[in-house]
Amino acid sequence: MNTSTDDMIEVPLYRAAHGRTGDKGDRSNISVIAWHPELYALLAEQLTPERVSMQFRHRAPARVQRFLLPRLHAMNFVLDAVLDGGVNDALNLDAHGKALSFLLLDMPIRVPRALAPLLAGP
Amino acid sequence: MNANAPPPLLIGCAAGFSGDRTDAAGPVVDTLIARLASGPAGQRAFLIFETLAERTLALAQLRRRDNPDAGYEPLLDAMLRPVLARCLAHGIRIVSNFGAANPRAAARHIARMARELGTDAPRIAVVEGDDLSGAAHRALLHETLGAQMEGLRIVSANAYIGAEPIAAALDAGAQIVVCGRVADPSLAVGPAMSHFGWRADDWHRLGRATMAGHLLECGAQVCGGYFADPGYKDVPGLDTVGFPIAEIDADGHSSIGKADGTGGLVSEATVKEQLLYEVHDPSAYLTPDVVADIAEAEVRALPGRDRVELSGVRGHARPSHYKVNVCHEGGWLAEGEISYAGPRAEARARLAAEVLRKRLDGLALRVDLIGALSILGDDAGRMLADTPDTGLRDVRLRVAATHAERAQAERLAREVMALYTCGPAGGGGVRTALTSRLNTLSCLLPREAVPVRFELLGAEALA
Repeated sequence: MNTSTDDMIEVPLYRAAHGRTGDKGDRSNISVIAWHPELYALLAEQLTPERVSMQFRHRAPARVQRFLLPRLHAMNFVLDAVLDGGVNDALNLDAHGKALSFLLLDMPIRVPRALAPLLAGP
Repeated sequence: MNANAPPPLLIGCAAGFSGDRTDAAGPVVDTLIARLASGPAGQRAFLIFETLAERTLALAQLRRRDNPDAGYEPLLDAMLRPVLARCLAHGIRIVSNFGAANPRAAARHIARMARELGTDAPRIAVVEGDDLSGAAHRALLHETLGAQMEGLRIVSANAYIGAEPIAAALDAGAQIVVCGRVADPSLAVGPAMSHFGWRADDWHRLGRATMAGHLLECGAQVCGGYFADPGYKDVPGLDTVGFPIAEIDADGHSSIGKADGTGGLVSEATVKEQLLYEVHDPSAYLTPDVVADIAEAEVRALPGRDRVELSGVRGHARPSHYKVNVCHEGGWLAEGEISYAGPRAEARARLAAEVLRKRLDGLALRVDLIGALSILGDDAGRMLADTPDTGLRDVRLRVAATHAERAQAERLAREVMALYTCGPAGGGGVRTALTSRLNTLSCLLPREAVPVRFELLGAEALA
């Protein structure tokens, strides 16, 4: 993007996208779905597996994979070994990791001011 | 699509897990009856209940050990009784995995229910072959799992089997098909295979029906359940959220809606969330029936309310192996909680955790500060260590640990209790719990090694 910093605003990801967590064993998948097709490209540019891995550093994922679904304006992140053993082994109150989508949706992203009307919420 | 093809099949789903709402089926069945009455000639409808999760089967096996007539879905009666007579009277057939660890006992219970309701005796089939927990399969599992099997006390072992035996049972005239561990989407694929006469290698059609089944399998989740987030994702009538109904055509294309007169919503957003739920590589969603591919899938809201169309799904040849889940006894989980409130409450809770860590050497302790950090943290406590004391004035300390030996796990409960007099000031409300654990292993077995079958039960079997 060529936009200068002044033309960008930083917002939490949940204003640009929604998502849900699923689990199988010790693996979590988190969908990120753009609220508007025009927001998808900037999500794909900024939500790299490296950045997502950093957001989950305390859970120490063994691997973070990203799958792009441009027709759904969505992406799917798959985080290995992030559930402290999974539903049967974890000591966590949320052993499924159901809340993890909200840790991802709390990441800051930068959005061109011109696209601000497409963002959800206040 | 062939002009002579049968009209779209209706499939409603009335449960997404064991323990789901038992009043869900009523509005689904009412809607199916209304749609059949106003729909094209030859339209058919099914009702499915999905009641198994990763550990549900192991819990069912434990119940069966105690009582040979138990081991099926505990809420079966509450779920099915309110709608059974209406389903039978209107030709709505029922397919479910609520047989869990004991499909024959579930079938007997349904037959008894039908007698009590005064309906004609329904034709009930059971699907079997998934249960590999018996001695006969021990060598097979040992071959695959090898050393991992040593010393394990196995509670359950089940293959995720597919839609073929369901379709065969329906072809043979079953009105109710009771399964154990079939793959969740197969509950919808079986009826579609039977109704449209699809071959077992019609990959694209099977892939499409599989994803329709995937949208149905979690019940309310595609209808705004598990979706609401006030101010961002508002859902009307969440307290009466409806359960889904899919319409699948002869090519497997589908649309999804929900029961009439219920709350919730079906939108592009709810469908996309559910479409990706528990999916890893979207181009390879593995089931025993097909490798479904949603890489090019699209969802589009249809005119009117609460109807969304799914298109662009493809399918590839099914895997040569079944996934098998083995559940075994896994030692003991100990948990303890104590509350601190008022000035410096968080500091006192953190001190209590430190005391417990020192006293409980040999136990890997998980520490949560409920109210500060108790969900997103990790077992090793890295996130908690990075989270400064924020001066919370109302906080509950929770600690948890597992150990193979019960006596070791029990130490945790005693140490948390002792904080009453030996710990920081003002601690109260101790609760402790000790639970036996179930752990799982997964492996793959060639399909040939897991023969599946169905049986249409006669009067003697159902007595």
